[in-house]
Amino acid sequence: MGELSRMWREMPSRYRMEGRKCENCSRVYFPPRDICPVCHRDSIGKMKPVDIAGNGEIISYTVVHETPPAFIRQKPYVLAIIKLDEGPMITGQIVDSEPEEIKMGSRVKSVFRRISEDGKSGVIHYGYKFTLDK
Amino acid sequence: MPYMQSSRKKLFLVRKLSKGVYIIGSGEAKYGELWDRSLREIAVEAGLKAVESAGIRTKDLGAIYMGNSLGGDISMQEHLSALMSDHAGIASEFVPSVRVEASTASGAAAFREAYLGIKSGEYEIAMVGGAEKMTELYGSEIIDITSSIIDREWEAFTGATPAALAAISARKYMADFNVPREILAHISVNDHANASLNENAHFRNKISLEQALNATPIAEPLNLMDCAPLSDGASSLILASENYVKEHGIEGVKIMGSAMSQGEFALHSRKSLYTVEPTRIAAETALKQAGIGIKDISMVEIHDSYSIYGLMALEDLGFAKKGNAREIVENGIGIDGNLPVNPSGGLKAKGFPYGASGVGQIVEAYNQLKNKAGKRQVKNARYAMTHSQAGSGAASIVHILGVE
Repeated sequence: MGELSRMWREMPSRYRMEGRKCENCSRVYFPPRDICPVCHRDSIGKMKPVDIAGNGEIISYTVVHETPPAFIRQKPYVLAIIKLDEGPMITGQIVDSEPEEIKMGSRVKSVFRRISEDGKSGVIHYGYKFTLDK
Repeated sequence: MPYMQSSRKKLFLVRKLSKGVYIIGSGEAKYGELWDRSLREIAVEAGLKAVESAGIRTKDLGAIYMGNSLGGDISMQEHLSALMSDHAGIASEFVPSVRVEASTASGAAAFREAYLGIKSGEYEIAMVGGAEKMTELYGSEIIDITSSIIDREWEAFTGATPAALAAISARKYMADFNVPREILAHISVNDHANASLNENAHFRNKISLEQALNATPIAEPLNLMDCAPLSDGASSLILASENYVKEHGIEGVKIMGSAMSQGEFALHSRKSLYTVEPTRIAAETALKQAGIGIKDISMVEIHDSYSIYGLMALEDLGFAKKGNAREIVENGIGIDGNLPVNPSGGLKAKGFPYGASGVGQIVEAYNQLKNKAGKRQVKNARYAMTHSQAGSGAASIVHILGVE
């Protein structure tokens, strides 16, 4: 899954969902963007860090059966596209539920979890997953 | 403007600006699981067949454009354009060559670069090659590598794969438009039926609707029969300028439209989970260039790496309104159908060597328009459209070919 620095530098966004807010138009972006796709160059220097609450709604999902090596122990797992309350859509796993319980439109909240690991002796990657907000 | 000062220079400029670009030859190595063959071997086979079919010699080539997506990761080999050209025995001709990468649309991107190279007046003849060895890695390893066509940091990191993203689009599409799994399965059934008539296809077996519906799940609601296979394969084409074609009395197939469009990279960044805006824009642009309408298209090769992408493509290309691709499917997409779709067997059954498929689709269109497609010949084929998509829809490339 890659080198340590590649994961380390994304920690604020992966661990506590730090996004960016364009101070020109007030739109919020997660995953973070350095340039606002609406304001273009007017957003240079105006993309400020903003915390995402991690609450949202499932737009669509799948149950993944064929996975890369780093995810084999988790299969089958539910992967969804979630619309966050702040606006942006993101991709993430839905955990702690049976696939039958999950529906399009279900409310979810983010949780801090182990994402994957680089083999038996490699780095463990952490980040956000989601659970149903019952 | 200095070049207007002498009429001789002006004439030279007019001659240099080639009006049309034509395809004059094609070649392919069989698609499939080619354990005993190397990347360079299949690429050179396709290229030399194309040279032979065009009736030229390798020393006539002005440039070589090589489409390849994952050679660095799968075969741990970069600079494939140079390797292929040397292995084809033309290093001593010092022909410029470059590899073009646009993930699963690499082949079509290479084709477009060759087209632009000739259209600019720089070259009279150019070769396009597309090649990929997908079977060099086993099992789940290749799923990790193919996940580099989606956003590694914000999609693949979370456990997303190309199939998972297609499945997310499929579930939303099926729910919003009340489309049953059967309609998706028809895309794969049609591909297999057509591929049974294509000796270069990876899979020559027909499949039934039941088989398509009951295969092993990959990423629900998609199963194995909704997903194009991992194939090795190579395809090649020779392009020539209008001047060259006229001087040599060659009846080529004209490239009437060529367009590429690029949108958001990650699926979660798009406004719609089942609209590939770049496909819509590229198709509209290519049709305008060709001066024809969507109803004039005799056959189409679509990028159905997943069955759902086939339905989405039919809509985004303009054959049906959003959510209505089922009408096209139900009206017949077979070789004798209302709109012949993927007479080659498509990505599902002809096979899906990433960097080769975009070239392979155009090879099929070329052979159809030359009336050389044998048992799978589409009757009265006059205009063919080809559609290649990068990843989950980050970019699309559309070409329109025609015979006058």
